[in-house]
Amino acid sequence: MSAITRDEVAHLARLSRLALTDDELDHYATQLDAIIESVAKVAEVAAEDVPPSSHALPLTNVFRADEVRQSLTPEQALSGAPAVEDDRFRVPRILGEEA
Amino acid sequence: MTTTKMSYDEALDRFEPVLGLETHVELGTASKMFCGCRTMFGAPPNTQVCPTCLALPGSLPVANAQAIESTIRIGLALNCSIAEWCRFARKNYFYPDMPKNYQISQYDEPLCFDGYIDVEVDGETVRIEIERVHLEEDTGKSTHVGGATGRIHGADYSIVDYNRAGIPLVEIVTKPIPGADRLAPEVARAYVTELREIMRSLGVSDVRMEEGSLRCDVNVSLMPRGSSEWGTRTETKNVNSLRSVERAVRSEIERQGAVLADGGRIVQETRHFHEDTGTTTSGRSKEEAQDYRYFPEPDLVPIAPDPAWVAELKAALPELPSVKRKRLQAEWGLSDLDMQAMHNADAIDLVEATVAAGAPAADARKWWMGELARRANESGTALAELPITPAHIARVTELVASGALNDKLAREVLEGVLNGEGTPDEVVDKRGLKIVNDEGELSAIIDEVLAANADAAEKVRSGKIAAVGALVGGVMKASRGKADAARARVLILEKLGVSE
Amino acid sequence: MSLIQKSAAELGALVAAGEVSAVEVAEAHLDRIAEVEPKINAFLHVDREVTLGQARAVDERLRSGERLGPLAGVPIAHKDIFTTRDMPTTAASRILEGWRPPYDATVTRRLREAGLVILGKTNLDEFAMGSSTENSAYGPTRNPWDLDKIPGGSSGGSSAAVAAYQAPLSTGTDTGGSIRQPAAVTGIVGMKPTYGGSSRYGLIAFASSLDTPGPFARNVLDAALLHEAFSGHDPLDSTSIDAPVPSVVEAARQGDVAGLRVGVVKEFGGEGFQPGVQARFNEAVALLESLGAKVVEISCPSFATALPAYYLIAPSECSSNLARFDAMRYGLRVGDDGTRSAEEVMALTRAAGFGPEVKRRIMLGTYALSSGYYDAYYGQAQKVRTVIAREFEAAYHQVDVLISPTTPTTAFPIGERADDPMAMYLADLCTIPSNLAGNAAISVPCGLADEDGLPVGLQIMAPVLGDDRCYRVAAAVEKALESRWGGPLLKEAPAL
Repeated sequence: MSAITRDEVAHLARLSRLALTDDELDHYATQLDAIIESVAKVAEVAAEDVPPSSHALPLTNVFRADEVRQSLTPEQALSGAPAVEDDRFRVPRILGEEA
Repeated sequence: MTTTKMSYDEALDRFEPVLGLETHVELGTASKMFCGCRTMFGAPPNTQVCPTCLALPGSLPVANAQAIESTIRIGLALNCSIAEWCRFARKNYFYPDMPKNYQISQYDEPLCFDGYIDVEVDGETVRIEIERVHLEEDTGKSTHVGGATGRIHGADYSIVDYNRAGIPLVEIVTKPIPGADRLAPEVARAYVTELREIMRSLGVSDVRMEEGSLRCDVNVSLMPRGSSEWGTRTETKNVNSLRSVERAVRSEIERQGAVLADGGRIVQETRHFHEDTGTTTSGRSKEEAQDYRYFPEPDLVPIAPDPAWVAELKAALPELPSVKRKRLQAEWGLSDLDMQAMHNADAIDLVEATVAAGAPAADARKWWMGELARRANESGTALAELPITPAHIARVTELVASGALNDKLAREVLEGVLNGEGTPDEVVDKRGLKIVNDEGELSAIIDEVLAANADAAEKVRSGKIAAVGALVGGVMKASRGKADAARARVLILEKLGVSE
Repeated sequence: MSLIQKSAAELGALVAAGEVSAVEVAEAHLDRIAEVEPKINAFLHVDREVTLGQARAVDERLRSGERLGPLAGVPIAHKDIFTTRDMPTTAASRILEGWRPPYDATVTRRLREAGLVILGKTNLDEFAMGSSTENSAYGPTRNPWDLDKIPGGSSGGSSAAVAAYQAPLSTGTDTGGSIRQPAAVTGIVGMKPTYGGSSRYGLIAFASSLDTPGPFARNVLDAALLHEAFSGHDPLDSTSIDAPVPSVVEAARQGDVAGLRVGVVKEFGGEGFQPGVQARFNEAVALLESLGAKVVEISCPSFATALPAYYLIAPSECSSNLARFDAMRYGLRVGDDGTRSAEEVMALTRAAGFGPEVKRRIMLGTYALSSGYYDAYYGQAQKVRTVIAREFEAAYHQVDVLISPTTPTTAFPIGERADDPMAMYLADLCTIPSNLAGNAAISVPCGLADEDGLPVGLQIMAPVLGDDRCYRVAAAVEKALESRWGGPLLKEAPAL
């Protein structure tokens, strides 16, 4: 039985904002299936009582003082923007919730 | 879209509401949550941005210590437990106003949890339980261009300003609040009011709803009377004033009541409140359930507040507003009703400051709740926004007490101050608003008035002392209000040879 | 000996003594780049004028009496994953083609402060995802030892540039072996410092909890000098360690293993390991013993699950880290015809701008983090991470360092594993555990495999902040082997 279906891959592509073609979906479904089957080996490690590590090192409490630092100029901030209008980033229409 | 509604009373006859409130408070830190950019409201677009808050490739967040401290103080003020160890988490979803396409937030490890506050509504104390208080970052702001109304729907494109992106945001979530019953709208409002005052007393935020530094989402569900099973809830966003909190709850109760009475189902959805109509409309229903794929933020290390430090913060909390109100009420000897009226008018701090500046509590209250409340109401501004200070009011009460002003003149002085003519003393000078204390001048005015009102004078002389009122009125009129009415009365009676 | 053959330490000394200028050194290397780059393709961006401008500024600083470090005036090839104000930064992705960052990475800034001269930005697997540099959107880099072979990855441009004498030094980043594996297969030295020992600020993130900047050089001392130049605490990186940099230069000069306890990782050898790699490794073990080290075998059974754990953790973090490439604020924008929504433009741009490996990992990570799968995949992988860290800890109670071959095989042919992700992932088998535990690890050349005559690397692993131990052992091995070989391994490489 495959670990992941083509529909699931299509769902992942949507969640990841990747417009994939049908051929790509087929291709990735096969590859991801093999990879997932392989990485599922992590389940073989008995680790019920082991705490998960989200970080490489156990550091805590790293903060910065509430001090203002120099910001970019608007020119710098917008320098890489694909489109600009009125010192703002111009973006295509947003499919948001109706407000 | 038309929405059928049921009257509030009818809805409440058949159903019982359950409330929930999620409040976002923008902290008033000097710099953003994870970078050193300023947080000034209203700055020109994209002038308060840097690689981190623009999510430029390679940039990293570093948490603002002051924001952590403020959040813990908020938690303590809301009687929460403070986490011994917790992490930030990434909430993943794509949206153009969120530069990283994930929000740094907290998931199952909030900084503060399990608290409560008590609010008073109609003389009853209602305990609101707090589920969690956590820290996250704000998004940028989109302006929608084209289309009919400047709304997102139907716009041609949008332009985005990221100045607000990364400003620290504290989210305060209540547990479900059953049992508010008919008072649900008032309870919701009282809760948000109380939160706002707590934030102010802590000095952690300017909590201006109109500028969005305090934002509220209102959850409402209804269950049939006699049932114990909660109904499906809706989440109403865009509730931007205290009054709107109350109206949004009321409106949702009425709408849901009508749907349910009609045999319909409530859809779990986001709704938007409209200030103009006082109603809510449905947000776009989501085609698929959001999967935020939360996971611990690897770019930030866990927070483990030192318990001794938390204890210090707790000990150093200011007197909380509800405690302070009780103390002041006792000190000022006011009834519950009077105190509640002052609370509703946001006058307590002003009166307190006026008393601190030397005025008697009764006088301070009289001015703020009377003349000034009327003025604020007329001009549609908040009491605290009037261009007059507690010190001004204290000075006016002092001038009245010394006899230099009477009530009428005092009102004129206040008007002058409000008009920007200067301090009370300056207004008195400029407008010549001093009580006529010169006995000779007053005597001359009285003589004129007696001569012009011989009938009234005769009545008084013949023992109808009540008729002296008309003569005093005449003197006040002739002096254009500057005479000391009490002294004028004594002199009139003297001149007419009548004693009381 | 021409300037390009000199070590970084030598070049630094010559510049400091005024015997040669930084400009002359830079010119010699720029000429070498121009000469061999058509064969190697190590660089994504070279701008002669910008580089010479930097060199002139260094000469000026030295003339004005400013005290700079031992590498002032030494040129360096910089992995194109660190932001640079004066050169484009692309992470070898179409999605960032031509992007000019408005800020310098901390590593970049420290290179400049130390007076290093940046020759250009080197090629890599797109967003550092890969082990061959074939995943670059701008064509593969070739191994100077055999132009049909991969130079390793992801920092393959950096390893090839140093091996091809285009630069005496280069920077890399190591997430699962991306410095050590390329160093091994090109016959040079590559070091992954302790996680948090070098700053990630301005390093375009692949997997935040694993990414570690580190040095490449042709010898151990040069690597240590570069390590020291750009490492140390950075307040702009919350995961940066606030502690002094271990004394790596001193350790590299010392190069002594007498009395040191060395553990051979039992699981990294035998089946799946190329005989020539195994043979050179076994000789290195014998060499260490002959130098006075006490060698024992250490079993780390959980290391077998390091690879699957890594291929859950790294893609999970990358799926989130790469979400910012959305066509809104910078980089490529595709399909914005005025009618499409932002959502559609994002999806079209990301589909066009990311290569297949990046897409694969984004989807794998999205899957591993999804509700319903989180506990079984990402959550369990994090637990395995703890188990591996504990196993390291137990091992370091018995020994001072652990060793293994850096890679199971020598450089493989370009194209061989390009569409077989599982085979490709095996290249990082031995290097991944140190990343998961945040430990220090180095790769140093230990000879050529008999089958193909290609370089083999010896990996030396040490605990957190034990970076100096890596250099100490590597320097001892280097000294002994070079005296046996009569010079560095690279002199065996064919002329380009």
